[in-house]
Amino acid sequence: MSTTVVNAEAEGKTWGGGNQPLKASYGKMMMWFFIVSDALTFSGFLAAYGFSRFKFIDSWPIADEVFTHVPFLHGQELPMIYVAFMTFILIMSSVTMVLAVDAGHNLNKAKVTLYMFLTIIGGLIFVGSQAWEWATFIKGDYGAIQTKGGNILQFVDTDGHRVALRDFAVADAHAERTAHNRDNGLWFVSEGSLPSYTVDEVYAGLEANENILVRTQIINEEGEKTVLSREESLKQIKENGTLVVEGANLHVNEYGSPLFADFFFFITGFHGFHVFSGVVINIIIFFNVILGTYERRKSYEMVEKVGLYWHFVDLVWVFVFTFFYLV
Amino acid sequence: MAHAHNLAILRGLIKFKSNTQKIWGVLILLSIVTAVEVVLGIYKPDSLMAHVLGMKLLNWIFIILTIVKAYYITWDFMHMRDETKGLRRAVVWTAIFLILYLIFILLQEGGYVFDVYKDGYIKRDF
Repeated sequence: MSTTVVNAEAEGKTWGGGNQPLKASYGKMMMWFFIVSDALTFSGFLAAYGFSRFKFIDSWPIADEVFTHVPFLHGQELPMIYVAFMTFILIMSSVTMVLAVDAGHNLNKAKVTLYMFLTIIGGLIFVGSQAWEWATFIKGDYGAIQTKGGNILQFVDTDGHRVALRDFAVADAHAERTAHNRDNGLWFVSEGSLPSYTVDEVYAGLEANENILVRTQIINEEGEKTVLSREESLKQIKENGTLVVEGANLHVNEYGSPLFADFFFFITGFHGFHVFSGVVINIIIFFNVILGTYERRKSYEMVEKVGLYWHFVDLVWVFVFTFFYLV
Repeated sequence: MAHAHNLAILRGLIKFKSNTQKIWGVLILLSIVTAVEVVLGIYKPDSLMAHVLGMKLLNWIFIILTIVKAYYITWDFMHMRDETKGLRRAVVWTAIFLILYLIFILLQEGGYVFDVYKDGYIKRDF
């Protein structure tokens, strides 16, 4: 049985689509070339990430300290566990996809339906996990102070454990400032929500707690972030602190360089968008399978083509996993 | 049936009886590789922190394991093993050549910009 779907009139001809030197149908080959170009797009993003990382090689955030959260396990530092789970889900859904393709070759409609369904479920779990990861990253955990030069100063106790701003900042009841919105100030300017504390309140808290030190972005020879002495800590916050940062967005990032957050949002966002569109395409094909379109066509090649796209999404995630979470 | 699958992986070291069996075999292989990566990522053994060719040995291991995973996803899940040589080379070598070139240019340049900040007159630690 030929894998070719459309082979009318082209058989045996030299031109016009006949004489297939690559022995792959038009659709499959075009999917492959689309994948090549998409792979180049993703490698462009990841290489740009590498550029920024090499540019700030001595102050880049350490991923293990950023992604430590697992749903339902509050307050525990578990780096890698959650992404490992996400990776496994995506590989698993790749397996069900390839099983669907295999069942399609045997023209087994029931099995294709089942495996396509499982693939869609896997994709949805992955996108959901991605959303949770984003929400946690945006919300932040400990909070930090940004300096005039845009560097991030974090807080640790004398044992080197991170301390959250809410645990030591002294709130000043008189220093409350209202957020500037369009309805209470200039109608053409507004600002985002204000952080919970001001720099002065954080400084007051730092002065009151003898055991809290400032940790800078600079990575020392042991591969850890540099912790300042007590006097240096107070001096840094007093002289250079300009902004309290909680969580991450496209402008500021409590974990370190704002570029880290920008690349995180952009690359995992672009990948997540691919997963989402993959799920949508899978759903369309799933309904076609149920309706018996490919049964009548006597070829499940369409399942194979979306399968290629779905595996490609998995392939990209393998690289994103390495370069964002491991290296 | 024209759907002849090449059922041997690891250069013929492991041969599977059916395509379904091969899929599960590749899943096990990928899971093992991922598990090794995660364990190394959590414990970060000191012996792997030595610098080799400008990067930590551990990072090189991660990158090589990633390429191993990419190989099995492409070759077995995407059936590259069963395609003709022409298609395989057109897709794989094009991508590999362009990606290596891109990575070389950008990382080289990133390292240069770092040196300018470090040794030059631009101050950004304030």
